[in-house]
Amino acid sequence: MDPAGRRSVVDVALQDGVLVSAEAFKRAKVLDRLRLGDAAFRHLTRAAAVGVLLLLGGVIISLIDGSLPAVRTFGFGFLVSERWNPVTDNFGALPAIYGTVVTSFIAMLIAVPVGLMIAFFLTELCPPWLRRPTGIAIELLAGIPSIIYGIWGLFVFAPFLQHTLQPFLINTLGNVPVIAPLFSGPPYGIGVLTSGLILAIMVLPFVTSISRDVFEAVPPVLKEAAYGVGCTTWEVVRHVVLPYARVGVIGGIMLGLGRALGETMAVTFVIGNAHRISASVLAPGTTISATIANEFTEAVGDLYTSALIELGLILFVITFIVLAAARYLLLRIERRIG
Amino acid sequence: MTARYTARRRSNAVATVLALAATTLGLGWLVLILGALLWKGFSGLSVAVFTEMTPPPGASGGLLNPIVGSLILTALAVAIGTPIGILAGTYMAEYGRYDRLTSVVRFINDILLSAPSIVVGLFVYEVMVAPMGHFSGWAGGVALAMLVIPVVVRTTEDMLTLVPDALREAATSIGLPRSLTIRYICYRAAQAGMVTGVLLAVARISGETAPLLFTSLNNQFWSPNLNAPMSSLPVVIFQFALSPYKDWQSLAWTGALIITLAVLALSITARALAPSGRQS
Repeated sequence: MDPAGRRSVVDVALQDGVLVSAEAFKRAKVLDRLRLGDAAFRHLTRAAAVGVLLLLGGVIISLIDGSLPAVRTFGFGFLVSERWNPVTDNFGALPAIYGTVVTSFIAMLIAVPVGLMIAFFLTELCPPWLRRPTGIAIELLAGIPSIIYGIWGLFVFAPFLQHTLQPFLINTLGNVPVIAPLFSGPPYGIGVLTSGLILAIMVLPFVTSISRDVFEAVPPVLKEAAYGVGCTTWEVVRHVVLPYARVGVIGGIMLGLGRALGETMAVTFVIGNAHRISASVLAPGTTISATIANEFTEAVGDLYTSALIELGLILFVITFIVLAAARYLLLRIERRIG
Repeated sequence: MTARYTARRRSNAVATVLALAATTLGLGWLVLILGALLWKGFSGLSVAVFTEMTPPPGASGGLLNPIVGSLILTALAVAIGTPIGILAGTYMAEYGRYDRLTSVVRFINDILLSAPSIVVGLFVYEVMVAPMGHFSGWAGGVALAMLVIPVVVRTTEDMLTLVPDALREAATSIGLPRSLTIRYICYRAAQAGMVTGVLLAVARISGETAPLLFTSLNNQFWSPNLNAPMSSLPVVIFQFALSPYKDWQSLAWTGALIITLAVLALSITARALAPSGRQS
């Protein structure tokens, strides 16, 4: 007899006799166990995949559940009310929403052009040996935890702005008729503009690395054709690369925007946490995430807590929409490349 | 004709200079931030930082309890998040690569990947802290685990997709069941990438503050008890940096330096380990 280990299912099936059939039985049992294990593993992985979906569902449901008291009390007025008074239990989300939108807008205003120019540099101008280190260095900016940006912003960046950029803005743009209110008031150092600038540094790597990736995905033959008819490097980027990569770039911008909207710690340090809407970008303000971070543990009373949770729900809905749009656009360009 | 050519050359030169300036600006920021961290953090760095508890205002002390707390919370988050993430990623790459569930999970996972972490903190507060009636290390670990899962899912799926089908076919042809093929062949082939994913996840959570603020809260004392509020480095930095005391502020800088060095070391290791495919 050959050693049992080398026989296949077919050998067993072809032979007869008590001894062999007992072995066949054993073999069938092993196969059964393997089949069972197979099915179990498959279901386990499937359950984990469904679990990821449930996680998101759980987040939405618990936020809605937690914000019910505030929704019942304030209704739709919560979104448009400017008051925020924990003493009288009177809450409105408008200053926080306004601060979130304005800081993110400032951030994108700076990060998008700078990020695109860096991507232009990395893909077209940079010598090949410098490409990887530069790219990694920019991406390291994304790896620095947001609390580091916060502490740096508070102790280094804000005082710097207070003594340089902000007085400069007040003395120059502060005198231009239409936009003067934007740059009025004393230079606090901290405030909406500072938060926007810090956010700009934080989202820069996202815009840069995605723009670079989609720039690189432009078929070389398109660029070569443009160079062939005598375009300059800038013209190739402006009229060939950028239009071709448009969808992906917008996706990257939306991804960065999603980050900026939800960013908490860095903003909490430098925004000043003032629940009011000021025309001036130099004034302190607040954002949704900063409000939650600053006040949640100190919130006494169900209504206060609930109002903060409703703020969280609003933030989640806004970022969800922005991120979903970003993913949709990036998916489209991935399909075109792949 | 020549005038127009000169104008085109000029705008090209302007764009080149702007691109260079933008890159310098980006790199300059990195240098400025790291420089400030080293400058302010190193002056406070001493043995006491690693051996003494957080001090009351005005006294000297170290960061031992937050460092240990952070390590415990991170380990807990990885222990909870990694298995779930790997299993989900396995389903997406191995069993249901082309089915509807996978594309939905991938979409949702990508959103979770960049969802605001403070919202995760609110969620865990609602489902764990409020019912239990107190802040706890468990809640902090779960909150961080929710940030680990999307990262691990993403890298596991990507790395398993890169494993050539010929390997799977060879395993199947010698009669290996599907689950064993995945465990003994695919996981092994994708090992480096999957480890990278876990390292990236650790790098991501080790600086996270927002989800810990109202889950594990903070603890001034030595407390390895997971059922009690637990100290963590980011929360201590937050609290100390915003305090008016000079000692606390300088400890915050030192803590910030420790976190940043840890995170940068982790991401550089992850990059060195990563196979040729780019991490996004």
